[in-house]
Amino acid sequence: MSDDLTLAEMLHQQGISRRSFMKYCVGLASMMALPPMMAPKIAAALEKATRPAVIWLSFQECTACTESLTRSFSPTIENLIFNIISLDYHHTLQAASGTHAEEARKQSMEKNKGKYILVVDGSIPVRDGGVYSTIAGISNVEMLRETAADAAAVIAVGTCASYGGLPHARPNPTGAVPVTDILTDRTVVNISGCPPIPVVISGVVAHVLTFGKLPELDDRGRPLAFYGETIHDRCYRRPFYDRNKFAKTFDDEGARKGWCLYELGCKGPTTRNACATEKWNQGTSFPIQSGHPCLGCSEPDFWDAGSFYQPLTAPPTDVASVVVPAVAVGVAAGAAVGLANRLKKARAAKSHQRLTSDDMK
Amino acid sequence: MNTMELLAWARGPGLSLSLIVLLLGVTVRLTEMLLLGRKTDLSEPREAHSGLYGWRTVITRSLPSSCVTFKRLAFIAGYAFHIGLFLIVFFYVPHILLIKALTGLEWPGLPPWLIDGVTLITLAAMLLVLWYRVADPVRRYISRFNDYYSLAITFLPVITGYLAYHRLLLSYNEMLVIHILSVELLLASFPFTKLMHAFTLVFSRWYNGQMAGRKGVKV
Amino acid sequence: MTTSLQQGINAFKEQIDAPIASFFNSCVRCGMCADACLFFVETGDPKYTPIHKLEPMRKVWKQEYTFWGRLMAGLGISRKLTDDDLAGWQELLYDSCTLCGRCSMVCPVGNDIAYMIRKAREGMVASGHAPEGLKGATYRAVTIGSPMGIKLPAFRKKVEIAEQETGITIPFDQTGADYLLLMSSAEIVEFAEFIGAMARIFKQANVSWTFSSDAFEATNSGIQIGASDIAAELVQRIVDAAEKLQVKYVISPECGHAYTALRWEGPNLIGKPYKFKVIHILELLDQLYQEGRLQLEGKDSEKLTFHDPCQIVRRGGVLEEPRKLLNLVADDFVDMPCSGKWNWCCGGGGGVSANPDADELRLKVFNIKKTQLDATGAKKLVTSCSNCRNMLEDGIEEYGMDVEVVGLAETLADHLVQTENKQET
Repeated sequence: MSDDLTLAEMLHQQGISRRSFMKYCVGLASMMALPPMMAPKIAAALEKATRPAVIWLSFQECTACTESLTRSFSPTIENLIFNIISLDYHHTLQAASGTHAEEARKQSMEKNKGKYILVVDGSIPVRDGGVYSTIAGISNVEMLRETAADAAAVIAVGTCASYGGLPHARPNPTGAVPVTDILTDRTVVNISGCPPIPVVISGVVAHVLTFGKLPELDDRGRPLAFYGETIHDRCYRRPFYDRNKFAKTFDDEGARKGWCLYELGCKGPTTRNACATEKWNQGTSFPIQSGHPCLGCSEPDFWDAGSFYQPLTAPPTDVASVVVPAVAVGVAAGAAVGLANRLKKARAAKSHQRLTSDDMK
Repeated sequence: MNTMELLAWARGPGLSLSLIVLLLGVTVRLTEMLLLGRKTDLSEPREAHSGLYGWRTVITRSLPSSCVTFKRLAFIAGYAFHIGLFLIVFFYVPHILLIKALTGLEWPGLPPWLIDGVTLITLAAMLLVLWYRVADPVRRYISRFNDYYSLAITFLPVITGYLAYHRLLLSYNEMLVIHILSVELLLASFPFTKLMHAFTLVFSRWYNGQMAGRKGVKV
Repeated sequence: MTTSLQQGINAFKEQIDAPIASFFNSCVRCGMCADACLFFVETGDPKYTPIHKLEPMRKVWKQEYTFWGRLMAGLGISRKLTDDDLAGWQELLYDSCTLCGRCSMVCPVGNDIAYMIRKAREGMVASGHAPEGLKGATYRAVTIGSPMGIKLPAFRKKVEIAEQETGITIPFDQTGADYLLLMSSAEIVEFAEFIGAMARIFKQANVSWTFSSDAFEATNSGIQIGASDIAAELVQRIVDAAEKLQVKYVISPECGHAYTALRWEGPNLIGKPYKFKVIHILELLDQLYQEGRLQLEGKDSEKLTFHDPCQIVRRGGVLEEPRKLLNLVADDFVDMPCSGKWNWCCGGGGGVSANPDADELRLKVFNIKKTQLDATGAKKLVTSCSNCRNMLEDGIEEYGMDVEVVGLAETLADHLVQTENKQET
């Protein structure tokens, strides 16, 4: 249910000091790669903001995106966002269920027409008329189109919503597609990751609230502030990469010494995300720091891009199945041509006319 | 097609396709060449084991001789880019890992900073070779489209690899796609170009050395 | 038969084998062969680049024997060889190539370009595109028995003179002799002292030898013009004579191409191995010396140098013997820079000196020999091929040089230890 309290009034109500709030705004500014002088502007904008309505549609998803966002254990930006916004529809978090829940969604859409933020997680199945995922009797496709019509902004959270994710992996039996395949005529912010880093989600929402517009996006629809650099270019283990110091197994000397995980399949070089800088669990760690190579989970088709444990340069195809037949056919074809050559040469020898002194006259 | 889809294609079907063309093409060319055969030499040889002389020439023809007049700079440039290519392809760790994935073989690589320097030298050498081919009267006279094309498709993987590594020109992923595609262009073009010499020179040197060795002359 | 483009292309097809296919496949157009060829080095004209001389044959190889080439030719995309092409290539394949083989030593991918030129000439002659001078020489070689038109009586006359000068009876048609000696026409005409020299050496060394009146000509115009049919016919005459006389060895005289023709190409031309062995006169002389049968005395104190005939040394394999023998009779022997198997060709081999079309060119490119000679400062030049001798003398005259050219065999003969029967030559 939306409220008409401003954020300032709300924060005051909750006993959150102005100092804490300013700290949050400074942090937000730096995270978004904005200059520090923006912090007061962010504060001013957020303070005056009335709680915007957010409708969160969950389709073919595993709920990890929600889990990521909600599993914070101290007053954090994430918490703040949840307090700022009016989350009018969310399968896991809402109290209502059944027809009441759908009623709530329709009411919010009506009341906040043109002003609500639509968040989507999970991919949308389209095969066989979209029957493979339905909510309240209608397909995801229909629900998405219906809800997106009057939304002020659409944010796809997680790799499933951004690029199709796991359901999209070969053989993609449900015909899973990302949000952008359905909503082809509007800009969608893709916050990819499996799951995305919590602060990235909340940072984008905060940006929208502060500036009233979407943040600058890369060519894959991801906010540049968080997806502008690859893991590789920000990885603390990079000096080991630059000196050819690689862990070759998960428990060898290199692994214990924290060497680069390139040989164990790290997809850091081709993966854009904020993991190496923001990290997870309030900056505790991230996969590479824990000794596991990056899976590349914020990139499209990372499931089909080859083994998680084969290095990037290893081709994902079974080359032997290509090499052997190719050589076999080549030898056969070459032998055929070679035989033709010999026959031609023999015929040339047969056509040979003896040269005599008469030809020297 | 977006960059990631192109990358997936390049690493998958693209690689398979170019490998097929390479292997098919090379095998056909070698087989059609060798099956022409040659007549047995009925003259009495001066040296009994002329085949060994053939193998000798396969090695020694790579070494410069004092009585061979050559344009020194072009000669050095030619060697430089061959050696450079060899080092870059076989001693840069990500490349070694590719070979390991395909064959199971691996060996230690050179430090990336050294490969970087070698790359620059290789690029400079190839540009020198191109300049020489255009500027020198003999080379200009006898060169054909094939010669320039071969140099171009050899140059591209090196420059695109360098640009990708240094995050220049385009984003890393985009540069990587172009790099892999340029390598595949090289592989697929191989059987149709003079790059075949990489395989056939063993035979041509051997025949030469064997025929001369038979007469007792080490060439 | 009538020569024609079709016959020419047919000959190319016959000649192309696996080595040639590998050579064409390997060429990377590096141009190093040009830097090894005296015709390019002394003229600076890139058309003399050795591998370029093979263009017509390369076209035929591509269009007839490669998958891709056949496809392109079949679709009409690649241009076929024309008679004009071959006419244009005549000067490249004949006037500006002596088959010296220096290019074959230099090619980084190992191409034996001289081998290819030899085979390419088969196509040229079958299409009728060979120099008149060579055709004439070949005609005379077949019909008369010598490219210079020398008949047996003329040869016998020279032998008589040698007998008178040496006091030694020179054997003809001795069945059962060990060695059959052959001559080159140039030696008979211009350097007949070779006959007397051989007589004296063989007498002293007690060698059982003979001439044959059926075959005295060692040279082979068929090889030079590139007509294997004719080359085979010429070799067969020698083989028949050798078998008739039941000799163990046939001696190849001081002539470059004679050695190539007889020793290396012969059995392949006639299609079967010889029943005798072929030995070069220098090999025999060295052997005789090793066996102590050759008694030499005195040494030439004049500074001298040696010109290695391409067909004997680089392409023939008689590498050590020339210097071993020369050093026995020379005190001040100085080698030219890049001698031995790396020597620069005199410019007259491979039929070039018999080809008037090439007169101007061969004298121009002789400059490279001049440079080599000047570096030694020697006034005496020894060689072991009469064609080289003629060419060297022509060049020396052309460039106004003060150098005397002599043959190696006769030089050795001059230092034979005097015996009772010897008379001054």
